[in-house]
Amino acid sequence: MKIQDDISQFNPNDSVIEISHLQKSFNGLHVLKDLSLKVHRGENVVVLGKSGIGKSVLIKCIVGLIQPDNGSLKVFGKEISDMTLKELNLLRTKVGFIFQGNALYDSMTVRENLEFPLRRNKVLKDPHEIEVLIEEALRDVNLLDTINKMPSELSGGMKKRIGVARTLILKPEIILYDEPTTGLDPLTSREISKLILQIQTKFKTSSIIITHDLNCAKITSNRLLILQDGIFRAEGSFDDLKNSDDEWVRSYFKIE
Amino acid sequence: MRLNIRKIFGNFLNDTSDKSWLYNFLLELGGLSKFTLQFFRELFRPPYEHKEFLRQAYKIGLSTLPLIGITAFIMGLVLTLQSKPVMENFGAESWLPGMISVSIVREIGPVITALICAGKIGSGIGAELGSMRVTEQIDAMEVSGTNPMNYLVVTRVLSTTFMIPILVLYADAISFYGSYVAVNMHDFISLRLFLNLAFDSLHFYDLIPAMIKTFFFGFAIGIIGCYKGYYSENGTEGVGKAANSAVVISSLVIFIIDLIAVQLADLFNIFLR
Repeated sequence: MKIQDDISQFNPNDSVIEISHLQKSFNGLHVLKDLSLKVHRGENVVVLGKSGIGKSVLIKCIVGLIQPDNGSLKVFGKEISDMTLKELNLLRTKVGFIFQGNALYDSMTVRENLEFPLRRNKVLKDPHEIEVLIEEALRDVNLLDTINKMPSELSGGMKKRIGVARTLILKPEIILYDEPTTGLDPLTSREISKLILQIQTKFKTSSIIITHDLNCAKITSNRLLILQDGIFRAEGSFDDLKNSDDEWVRSYFKIE
Repeated sequence: MRLNIRKIFGNFLNDTSDKSWLYNFLLELGGLSKFTLQFFRELFRPPYEHKEFLRQAYKIGLSTLPLIGITAFIMGLVLTLQSKPVMENFGAESWLPGMISVSIVREIGPVITALICAGKIGSGIGAELGSMRVTEQIDAMEVSGTNPMNYLVVTRVLSTTFMIPILVLYADAISFYGSYVAVNMHDFISLRLFLNLAFDSLHFYDLIPAMIKTFFFGFAIGIIGCYKGYYSENGTEGVGKAANSAVVISSLVIFIIDLIAVQLADLFNIFLR
């Protein structure tokens, strides 16, 4: 497959995600005005910003769930808008997405949730190999004992972990997290943040993490960006931004 | 004389600000047509989800069996009790089983069963896919590189298309029994004689067009339920709306299909006779 060759031949020193002058509006409301961003291999980029400002729109554009109005969006050096649906689907197996509400298939057990992307993408056909992979993914998130449970039997934190396991099972090189700690208690939020960090270290993934949670940002970020009025207003490490000269940037960290 | 569509419908078509009924109707019709074309494209594209198809067919069939059974029994019973005095006035009581069987097989059985299924199955599909849409489960399928249309829509539409005719046959049989019970409330007639009289009046050209239209009823219930659920929006309110409009639209479409089928069946009968 051409797209798989492109990914395998991709220069590791290049940015895995390259966004330039991205624009998106809904019913005349300009959500993303002129957004540019590069995500390097193995890097965790955290995007902070108020609710409804377009953070989730940004990562949904990356996986092709939302079509941008203008601008360039390259993943592994390939322009998303130039891809056919088949190519986009192949690329999507290399880009994991963790949804804010987990989006577990509630009519399926945990095992079936994890099996679904493997079976549908024909990654593996041998049932034994699939079983091994499912158990491995569940072990990575410390939830092997939930394998036969339904999503409705799991707690919020467990659902989040299963969502991560379902993404990990396809061995993605990029993971996009949409508010991974929203709705969780501080302790579970911390566990999820640590899990994100573990995944980065173990699987050498690159990530964009959309969050409001400063503790999560502090634990997971290599680089932090603040989105305001459709553009990135500030960029730097967590400590740099926290001690910024700009009062507006510092105001984000005052509630910590 | 050439009709100027824009001149006639201009105000409706241009008036998109307050979303005129014609604009919404055309938008809906276009969306449904595109969705149906997508269904046929995905129908022949692997992977084929046999297991999910069978699961859906089992779910659809089993969940509606009691409801259809009770309704069909009452339908046969009431139809017979209502028709009996009229037939007696004409001294044509012995024609009652024949008249009931033709009414049930040709019209009442298929239409009532399809309407029940539109209410139960159509709303169920609309609500299920609608809640999958608002909880981002459909998006999750898309971003994992799988095709949700193939897994969710094709399996459901195929199962309604093939299960509705089976449910109609079941409803017809139960209705016959209801009718037999009604006849025996006042007179005595053996089941064998009742069935002989009923089937004597039935012909090949009564059954075949009636059965063919049930496949279309099933297809309409499935595709409309899936369409409304798949494109549901505005959170939980949208799920309710999807389920509701799936029932309303598919019920209306069932009557339209029935109207067309009756005309075609008449042609078919003339040709066979």
